[in-house]
Amino acid sequence: MKAINSMRLVFDSRSTNEAFARTTVAAFLCPLDPTMEELMDIKTAVSEAVTNAIVHGYRNTIGKVSISAALYEDNKIVIKIKDSGCGIEDVAKAREPLFTTAPSEERAGLGFALMESLMDKLRVSSKPGKGTTVTMERTIHSRESDHEHRH
Amino acid sequence: MAATKTFVTIDVQEDYMAAHLFGELDHHSVQPIREEIDRMAAQNHPKELVLDFGGVTFMDSSGIGLVMGRYKLMQELGGTVRLTQLSTSIRRVMQVAGMDKLAKF
Repeated sequence: MKAINSMRLVFDSRSTNEAFARTTVAAFLCPLDPTMEELMDIKTAVSEAVTNAIVHGYRNTIGKVSISAALYEDNKIVIKIKDSGCGIEDVAKAREPLFTTAPSEERAGLGFALMESLMDKLRVSSKPGKGTTVTMERTIHSRESDHEHRH
Repeated sequence: MAATKTFVTIDVQEDYMAAHLFGELDHHSVQPIREEIDRMAAQNHPKELVLDFGGVTFMDSSGIGLVMGRYKLMQELGGTVRLTQLSTSIRRVMQVAGMDKLAKF
């Protein structure tokens, strides 16, 4: 299926950009007229993935994080968050709730668990030394689509 | 660098300490909050720490890290943690994380 709208955002892996990233994605989705809950779920999931890229992907270095988002006709959104950082040795292990490699920084180890429960689909692909790409999908049940369904 | 914003104000009354949190709680903003709460707790040794989320407009798992860390701190001080004024979306994040089994809210 062809995307009806898309965007791409590239920024430095600085923690100040966490708010910028999730707010920008939320602004991009606004034409779909999502509910407040849908918007918060997506903002939270994006924040988790971006924070992972900053805290784990690039650790003590600064690199580029890129986000691409696409909207499809059935109100499905696909968001990709990509870094070229250290990568994840064992993705299955990293996705386990409460697993963290940064306990001293009070990272709860719940990022992937939250992304999974807040989004419809979550895919994580990673290569050690190359980087990580997180792809997430969610269908928006906006007020507008409710209206269309009734007609 | 932009000036550091204050995301927390703290009230202390005898054994009780309330931390009123504001704004968006993420990995970037929690660090100064954590430091301020821990500094005040070390000074005042409260028996109850209340984390007031009334002013919080967004929270990701960094907020959970903040709660878990303060829960550990209060265990060491022999006290308890209570969470108040959680919005629906914050409650959702807390429940996904299983925080409802750990702290009162």
